Amino acid sequence: MGKPHKVKLKSMDIVKTDNLVFEYIRRDDEGNPTGVTTALDHVNIDVRQGEFVGILGHNGSGKSTFAKHLNAILYPTEGTVIVNGMNTTDEDKLWDVRSSAGMVFQNPDNQIIGQVVEEDVGFGPENLGVPTKEIWSRVEESLRAVGMLEHRLKSPGKLSGGQKQRVSIAGVLAMHPKCIILDEPTAMLDPSGRREVVRAIRGLNDVEKMTVILITHYMDEVVHADRIFVMDKGKVVMQGTPREIFSEVPALEALRLDVPGPTRIAWELKRKGLPLPDGILTCEELITEIEKCR
Amino acid sequence: MPLILDHVSQIYNADTENPVKALDDVNLVIPEGQFIGVIGHTGSGKSTLIQHMNGLILPTSGNVYYNGKDITDKDFNKKELRKHVGLVFQYPEHQLFETDVFADVCFGPGNIGMTRKEAEMAAFDALRKVSFPEDLYYASVFELSGGQKRRAAIAGVLAMKPDFLILDEPTAGLDPVGRTEILDMVSELHKTAGITIILVSHSMEDVARYVERVVVMDKGRVAYDDVPREVFSHSEELEAMGLAIPEPSKIARQLVKNGLDVDPGVLTSEEAADSIYKALMKNR
Repeated sequence: MGKPHKVKLKSMDIVKTDNLVFEYIRRDDEGNPTGVTTALDHVNIDVRQGEFVGILGHNGSGKSTFAKHLNAILYPTEGTVIVNGMNTTDEDKLWDVRSSAGMVFQNPDNQIIGQVVEEDVGFGPENLGVPTKEIWSRVEESLRAVGMLEHRLKSPGKLSGGQKQRVSIAGVLAMHPKCIILDEPTAMLDPSGRREVVRAIRGLNDVEKMTVILITHYMDEVVHADRIFVMDKGKVVMQGTPREIFSEVPALEALRLDVPGPTRIAWELKRKGLPLPDGILTCEELITEIEKCR
Repeated sequence: MPLILDHVSQIYNADTENPVKALDDVNLVIPEGQFIGVIGHTGSGKSTLIQHMNGLILPTSGNVYYNGKDITDKDFNKKELRKHVGLVFQYPEHQLFETDVFADVCFGPGNIGMTRKEAEMAAFDALRKVSFPEDLYYASVFELSGGQKRRAAIAGVLAMKPDFLILDEPTAGLDPVGRTEILDMVSELHKTAGITIILVSHSMEDVARYVERVVVMDKGRVAYDDVPREVFSHSEELEAMGLAIPEPSKIARQLVKNGLDVDPGVLTSEEAADSIYKALMKNR
């Protein structure tokens, strides 16, 4: 059924968290402590080199807090976060950690600073002290990887949302990270913008072998992921392949999530008594399976 | 009273070398009581369009009429218009600023001249209409979840008792159940309070499920203005405008091509499943 699952060599973990706990103290208007919130509760997530990992969870489940630990914006209260072999609490390694784990956020307008696309993409490596000649080759390869090379001389203000977000991704790529973490990169985009960005992300993983961690509220964006982690109340509550995860329709609904559109239709048909397999993920798979029922 | 846009155009930078036609001869009649969806890719003119509906932007040519009066007239009372046509911006929770939810919801009605007592009554009413949890009425806005903040912000506009409620992407950034909850709530406002709803959305699935009329914007013009079933039958044209048809429709159309007797006009996953099931049973 469908395309065979990608077989990947077991190699080094790029990201490994060991019983990661993050707590913060809530305060009232006067600044007096009123309680402790556990935003991450013994999270163990490992991501291998070259993997595409999806992270799902409702608003407030801890996804973004988790992401902020991967490039040392936040530090664990308990447990450890290892990125590319480095402990994120190791102060000497702060910049190595940050250049290993590149982050892309929701709003492209907050991430683009240059007046010209290529200047914006070159800002990161320049900041890292990369020699000028190499900056230019990195700018070129990064823009090519996200399909934005032809727009290199444009002003970012003239670009569409999807194009801006691809420039943000190129800016991160130019710093040659070991993995790229995208926190709801398509939340503000229209359908074609979403398509462009999702295609660019899949290309990075398939072609450039970049390790990708994609946090999203759109179920269809992670159907091609190698593995999915589902978070709730700061804990990892489900993990598995997309097929395994999206077979659990009621469980996902209870977690305020959903399944991809074709999976939903297959599930409805199955309830009516059609002999369809669990975990259909794409339109093509659904159509093939329906044809078998004729 | 209907809201009428009559040959409305909006041209930015008209006196420069690169004039931008944000709106190009838009004609729309919005009668009271409808639930309308507005779709279009980024830059198609959706946001400019809705800002014309409550006088935040005035057209460079053409007229907007509310209640039979031309809102572009110099002596037209725009404050009065904004009482009747409420606009909820994208990420409205960024505009919550009072110390607690209740005070924030009271701000709008106070600002349009209601007495303190009236404003408080209106705020209670609005918070109840958006099903905001009662135990959080006096909570700080920082303690709320994403969906709760969004509800509080919508209540702030509702408290001004508008007849028209325009929502610009009210579900952006919410989790799937949060999206459904907000749209169910908006649908309920339409049904029970009789408020006219204009919903701007990037989700074809949401538009297909909830609205009765779809306005498609493309390059500042109204490309389609019809019932969802009719609008979403233009698959290729919508695709060319950077849009899409809802996924269930896409699947149904492919099955029709394959010779299965499925209704190509289905819009939701339930309709698609029903139609596919019937077609398969007929074949047996």
